[in-house]
This record gives sequence, structure tokens and C-alpha cells, in this order.
Amino acid sequence: MKSASPSLLTYAVIYLIFLYAPILLLPIFAFNDSAIIALPLSGFTFDWFYLLWETEALHQALYNSLTIAIITAVISTILGIFAARASARYDFPAKRGIVGFIMVPLVLPEIIVGVALLVVLVQLGLALSSWTVIIGHVLICTPFSIAILASAFRNLDISLEEASLDLGESQVGTFFRVILPLVTPGIISSLLIAFTISLDEFIIAFFLTGTDVTLPVYIWGQLRFPARLPSVMALGFLMVILSLMLLLTAEYFRRRANRLSGAADTDKGLF
Amino acid sequence: MPSDTTSRDTLISIRNVEKHFGKVTALNGVSVDIREGEFFSLLGPSGCGKTTLLRMISGFEMPSAGDIHIGGEDMSEVPPNLRPTNMVFQSYAIFPHLTVAENVGYGLKKQRLAKAELAARVDEALALVDLDGYGTREPHALSGGQRQRVALARALIMKPKVLLLDEPLSALDKKLREAMQSELRHLQRTVGITFVLVTHDQEEALTMSDRIAVMFDGRISQLDTPEGIYKKPADQRVASFIGVMNFLPAQVTSASDRTLGIDVAALGKLSCPQDDRFAKGDKLKVGIRPEMLTIVYDGEKAEKNSVPAKVADIAYYGDMTYYDVVFGDGSHSASVSMRNTAGRPILPIGAMTRIRWGPESIVLLED
Repeated sequence: MKSASPSLLTYAVIYLIFLYAPILLLPIFAFNDSAIIALPLSGFTFDWFYLLWETEALHQALYNSLTIAIITAVISTILGIFAARASARYDFPAKRGIVGFIMVPLVLPEIIVGVALLVVLVQLGLALSSWTVIIGHVLICTPFSIAILASAFRNLDISLEEASLDLGESQVGTFFRVILPLVTPGIISSLLIAFTISLDEFIIAFFLTGTDVTLPVYIWGQLRFPARLPSVMALGFLMVILSLMLLLTAEYFRRRANRLSGAADTDKGLF
Repeated sequence: MPSDTTSRDTLISIRNVEKHFGKVTALNGVSVDIREGEFFSLLGPSGCGKTTLLRMISGFEMPSAGDIHIGGEDMSEVPPNLRPTNMVFQSYAIFPHLTVAENVGYGLKKQRLAKAELAARVDEALALVDLDGYGTREPHALSGGQRQRVALARALIMKPKVLLLDEPLSALDKKLREAMQSELRHLQRTVGITFVLVTHDQEEALTMSDRIAVMFDGRISQLDTPEGIYKKPADQRVASFIGVMNFLPAQVTSASDRTLGIDVAALGKLSCPQDDRFAKGDKLKVGIRPEMLTIVYDGEKAEKNSVPAKVADIAYYGDMTYYDVVFGDGSHSASVSMRNTAGRPILPIGAMTRIRWGPESIVLLED
């Protein structure tokens, strides 16, 4: 490999600072012994984390978010399995158009999705609740699930399925004995990504949430009170750690899926 | 040597099978009977329909027209998992998430055998392909040759009536391929199962098969033993696909009940047994294999059936030398292969010599 030129290296460093400096501020002020977010730092404390521990409303928001994220992850992954399998293995009329339309929410501004859904739900007379948030989140998470699972299904050598049939196994048996084990890493990866997206998502949740706020909506509400800012910092820090862990786990499983299905590791994926 | 299977019963009967993929015709009226216990090869260039035909026997493709019977049973409604066939895939299709033993025992799961019996059957199958003790290995730790053996064991453990092999040797290097050729042949005789092999490699087909169907453009051009196909190719395409063949233009000068007199460019007039395909005045091609042409060395008696020629090019192969020779007036040439035995010098380019041929080794081919 050629070594990078100094100007490119400088560019890369500035870019990384721009990207991560704000996130680095989170742990700094989360442990700072002052209610005011400003330098210089005054001391080290775990108080903000204790405060989180004692805030009941936060726990409810966390519970709401986790429930929504888990249900969203499961539904969008199941939808993703069907769509990915269909697009990888079968030909049907207007396949490209259909798959394209399914992927559109990936690039659609969330505020548009949020407002549009709100209008529809109100017209239908549905009360806003965690379920309406789930509907919105499934809409934006499914394209991600499809993208991840499509690569898992595409990498699956069709002759493996044929070999299973050839050896006397039924279609259903083949799905459970060959296809599912080989795409399981992809499924786990899809579950984790959808979970992370749903957990962090704010705009749609803000529009569609009823009285049961999600964690990001709760955090946004807290920002009106300057005194609570450090504990929001602490919460943000915890969420960054959690998200990172989930993403790394998802990536691990995605690569494992590629390796298992015998694909060359040229497809480096999202990271 | 191929075993004599001529007297055996028909196992697979393929009748007027056609296959169309949209506007493309993959098979255009194929009929063939494959006998019980024979090693049968479908040989042809890529795109000739041989793989499509194999996939129809296995049930992965359905004929657009015509029908296939295996063991007297109509297969048109039988899905692949219920057919008495098993396949060795070109990519081997070893299940990557299972061990070697789990791969080999995959098809037996439905039979709900006792654990010990299953293990015994798997060991037996692994022993058959010389993979004793490999049961606990992971597939990704195997070489190409070993994967193929696993694929063979996995198919043979099912005791199918027919084993289908889709270009099984194409992914192996030359040495391994040659070793596997004789091993497959040996294996087929040991288990006595009908093998149907698809290959584009004529040498593979010649060395292993009892009978070969040579396919071009979705049809069977010739169906015969390896020797029959090599010695008496049905047409020019078969002749040039199998080995090397020199073609010389010729014309029928006389035709009687018994003999056909032909005038061959460069070689002159000769007399052949009567052949229905040709009448007086017809133009045709004479085919002759390089090893059926001989260089007449100085001191050897120049018999009849020999003509003067000049060496135009030489390719030395160690045990053999291939000469490109140009006949008489220079408008026709041929390649001649000579075994390099003691006392036979290699002729230089430009050397004048005589080429001798045997009239019995000449094949008449329609133009």
C-alpha cells in the first residue's frame, strides 16, 4: 500500500475531529462536577449517572424505546427476509420497480415520513401510541433490513439448495436445514441495525408518539432545563456506547455471513 | 477398458425432449436410452444443452416437450427430492455450516436411522472415497479434491439408481484430474451404479465412458462407444471436437454396389467400401487422424499409399513429435504425429519426405 500524502493525512485528521469531537464532549461533561457545560472542568463525579438512575420518567421512556425497538427490529427483519429472498431468487413482473419503491424510505426525509404518517393515522382515527411509532419505525428500518439480508441471500449459492433437494429434503426442510443457518448471521445483523435505528430515531417518534415518549423524545424535552443538561450528557454517553456495541456486533455477524456463504470479503459493507 | 454393457436393460429413457428458455432452444428433440450400470457421458461444447439434459434427469428442469422415464417410471410429476437420482454438483455444493460427516449423512436424516447406524453408513461412504477419518473436519479446511470426494460420498450414500456428475473434474488441476478420472471409473465399477457424466473435456469422456453422446446445438450428433466415436465420427464437427482430425477435400469418382472410388486432394485416388451417403460426383471430406499418417524415413521402402510432402513446422512433446506437413503442390497440409522411438531422427523444418497412410484409417465425412 502506498503511504498517504501529508495533505491527505491532514484532511483525514481534520475530518475525524469534526466528526467525533462533539461526541467526545459527551463523556467529558458527563463526568464533570458542574451543572454548567463550560470549560474549564471543575472536577470528577458520577452524580449525573446517579441522577439518571433515580429519574422515573426516564426509566419509562427507556422502557418504551426498548419495547418499540425490539418489536420494530423483529417486524422489519421478517419483512426483510421475505423481500430479500424474493429479490434474490425469484423473477416477477416489475421486480425492479417494486424493490426500488421499498427502498425509497431510505432516502426520504424522516420529517416527511413523520408528517405524512401522522396525517394518515389521524384520518384513520388511530390514537397515537407506541404502536404508531412502531409503524413509522418499521417503515424506515425495513429498507435497511432488506439491504443487509439481500446480500446474505444473494451470497447463498443456489446449488446448496439444489443439493439439499437432490438429497431428498423437502422445500421446507431445505429452508430450515440449509438456508436459515446460512443467513442467520445476516438476520442477527439486521435485527441489531433495525434495533439501533429505532432506538436512536427522534423525528418520527416525536410526531407519532402519544403520551408514552421514547428516549430521544424525552431527552429533547429535558433540553429545556439547563440544570439537567449534564445528566442528558451522561445519558447520551451511555447511548453512544450502546449503539457502538450494537453496530460492531451487527458488523461482526454480517462478515461472518459472508464468510460462511463462501463469498470473497471484497464487500466491506457499511463500515 | 469400458465394460460391455450392451446387453443391459434401459434405466433412463429420454424421448423427444425439448427445452426452450424464452426464445432460446436449449434442447431440440433429444432421444436416448441410458442403460443400467453403464458409465454414460454427455459431451459437447458449452451451450450445447448437455447440462440442461442432466438437470432434467435430476428434476431441476422440466422438459418443454417430451418425457423422461427412470426405471420405467414417468418422471414428469416427480420433484428432485423424490427421484432415484443424486448429483455431484460442479461447485460440489458442500454445506459450509456442516462438518464432513454431517454433509455426507445429510440425505439419511429422513430415514431416521439409529445414531450408530448412521455413523457406520457415513464411515462406510467416507471409506469408499478414501476419506477415512475426515468426518469431523470443516469443509473450508478441505482441498478441492477432498471436497469433491465429500460430494461423491454424500451422493453415493443415498444408493441412487443414477449418479449424475456435472463437470465434476473441471475445477481440479491436471494431475489431480487424471488421477480422479481413473478413480471415478473404478468407483463406478465398484458400486455398479449408473453414472451420467456431463463434460466438455473429450479426453475425460473417452477415458471414462462406456458410451458417449456427443451434443451440438441441443441435439445428439453421435451416440457410440469411445472407440466408435474416435474412429468413426459421424460428421465433421464431431471429428474435430474429439481429438485432432485432418480434413482433405475429395470427390466420388465412381460408385458401385460394393465400392466407392474417390479422388482425394493430395493423396490421390483410392477405393473405399460402399457408403449410402454418397453418390457419384458428390463432394465430401476425408478425415484422417495424425497418428494414422506416418513419415517414411530414408531407407524404408516407400510403399503404395504414400505421397511426397515437406515439413512446414514441428512441435516436440518428448514422447511424440507433431509435424505440420505440406503436400505436393502446397495447397493442402496435414498434421502428423510420430512416436519418438529409437532410430527415428526428428526431421528439420523444410525437410522433404514421404507420408504414408492406411486406407482403412480414412473416414468419409459429408461436406
